Amino acid sequence: MRQVRKNTGLKIFAGLVFAFLLVPLLIIVVTSFGTNSTIQFPIKGFTLEWYGKVFSNESFMDSFILSLEVAFIGTLLAVIVGVPAAYSLARHNVLGRNWIKSFFLSPTIVPGLVVGYALYQFIVIKFQFPIIQGLLLGHFLICLPYVIRVVGSTIEQLDFSIEEVSWTLGCTKLQTFIKVVLPNITSGIFASFMLAFINSFNNIPVSQFLSGPGVTMLPTSLMNYIEYNYDPSVSALSVILMLGTIVLMFVIEKTLGLASIS
Amino acid sequence: MTLRRIPYIILAPGMILLILFLVLPLVSIIFPTFFDGGFTFANYFSFFMDEYNLGIFWRTIKISLIATLFCVVLGVPTAYYISQSPKKWRGLLMSITLFPLLTNSVVRSFAWITILGQGGIINNTLMKIGLISKPLTLLYTEFSITVGSVYLFLPLMVITLVGILENIDSEIMEAAETLGANRFIAFIKVILPLSVPGIIVGSILVFTGSMTAYTTPQLLGGNRNIMLATFMYQNATALGNWKGASVIAMIMIVATVIVMKLFDWVAKRIDKRGEASA
Repeated sequence: MRQVRKNTGLKIFAGLVFAFLLVPLLIIVVTSFGTNSTIQFPIKGFTLEWYGKVFSNESFMDSFILSLEVAFIGTLLAVIVGVPAAYSLARHNVLGRNWIKSFFLSPTIVPGLVVGYALYQFIVIKFQFPIIQGLLLGHFLICLPYVIRVVGSTIEQLDFSIEEVSWTLGCTKLQTFIKVVLPNITSGIFASFMLAFINSFNNIPVSQFLSGPGVTMLPTSLMNYIEYNYDPSVSALSVILMLGTIVLMFVIEKTLGLASIS
Repeated sequence: MTLRRIPYIILAPGMILLILFLVLPLVSIIFPTFFDGGFTFANYFSFFMDEYNLGIFWRTIKISLIATLFCVVLGVPTAYYISQSPKKWRGLLMSITLFPLLTNSVVRSFAWITILGQGGIINNTLMKIGLISKPLTLLYTEFSITVGSVYLFLPLMVITLVGILENIDSEIMEAAETLGANRFIAFIKVILPLSVPGIIVGSILVFTGSMTAYTTPQLLGGNRNIMLATFMYQNATALGNWKGASVIAMIMIVATVIVMKLFDWVAKRIDKRGEASA
């Protein structure tokens, strides 16, 4: 085997692209430590004051808690509904299976802003549901396709004969699902949970219409703040969010490998 | 008999939730746009007759197209580089690509505000070295939305492509070079055609994504460079024009479906051509 030769042109090109991807985020990290009251680069001085400002900002903190709650409940609901559905789609000879599968994936075709708008008009205005319930439903909808897709492909990779053995040995279908299938697809479920959770937590369009007094998600709250302010506390909050992303990526890498979600 | 129904019972909760909270709400906002006494397309006609609306529509298509093109041009070589690098490096390079993708899009757009703004990094640097005396208007332009969209969606393109390019045998490139193609020609003639399926899937994601994106145009576009999603939001909130917002919602959904079908069609044509020549 001959070693693949160094290709300098390609290397430089790829290097520039990676720089394009990372440098803007690194600049944010640097600007979060500046002492000036507006964002500057390069920064003057060094302070952690802006991080303190983030934690003492009530609307950031409240929306952070709300975002965590909504993303968690929305994802959980999607897993509860989605895992059995993904199993059924992979294993049973359901009438119109492809059609049903695309139906379950359909929330990805509808733009997030439209999902939120439709829910707002229908649930909140027409049927007078509280906004928070619309918000939870919206996030459930955007989480569901991740569960169907990731868990579905995990089940398809699972050897069907294991289940047959379990039935032959006297387990009912439900017992087999709980005792044999579920333990074998936990990694897929976990991966889909993480992926759906991150996307729900980061999502803005779906929540844009579904917000009201006391019901503002963190990204929306940050976006509103940016429209009227240009101080390094935005950078500081961004850095905190990036740290969260790094922790999640680390957890995924240690448990399943990042390859499983890409 | 009851056993046969079990799959349907398992699927039912998800189906019912989707019908109740996605299909019905969508129908309830879209349906009225076709009725004004009787069935009519009038709302859509008048949308596309209005020059201001048309401007927004074409701007959205244009920016999405340019963003997709840049993602392909930047994405294919980068994905190829990742797929050919040794395993221990590949993980790191994939993490670098995934990291922006999993970072909040507000944060990612905000990064470009600090770079492109009036007092931003580019303007500051250019003024310091004396190339310009007045700051350039880079932010709140179509340019800044395009840069923001490329930045937003490039990782998606790269990751989609890596999955496809990993399966390409590196000996194919060597064969092409042995047969006399220089490396650039070999890349264009060998790697590019093989990555077409990935380019198509990636392009669907990037194009439909930037066409319906809300955050980036809102933060980087300002009031003069509205795109469809921001226009829809403006109609619904500031202008109180619910029907107008629903019309735009429908246009975005239809445009998304058309783009997906179009790309699928192109993919199938290319597939057939491949079979014919094989």
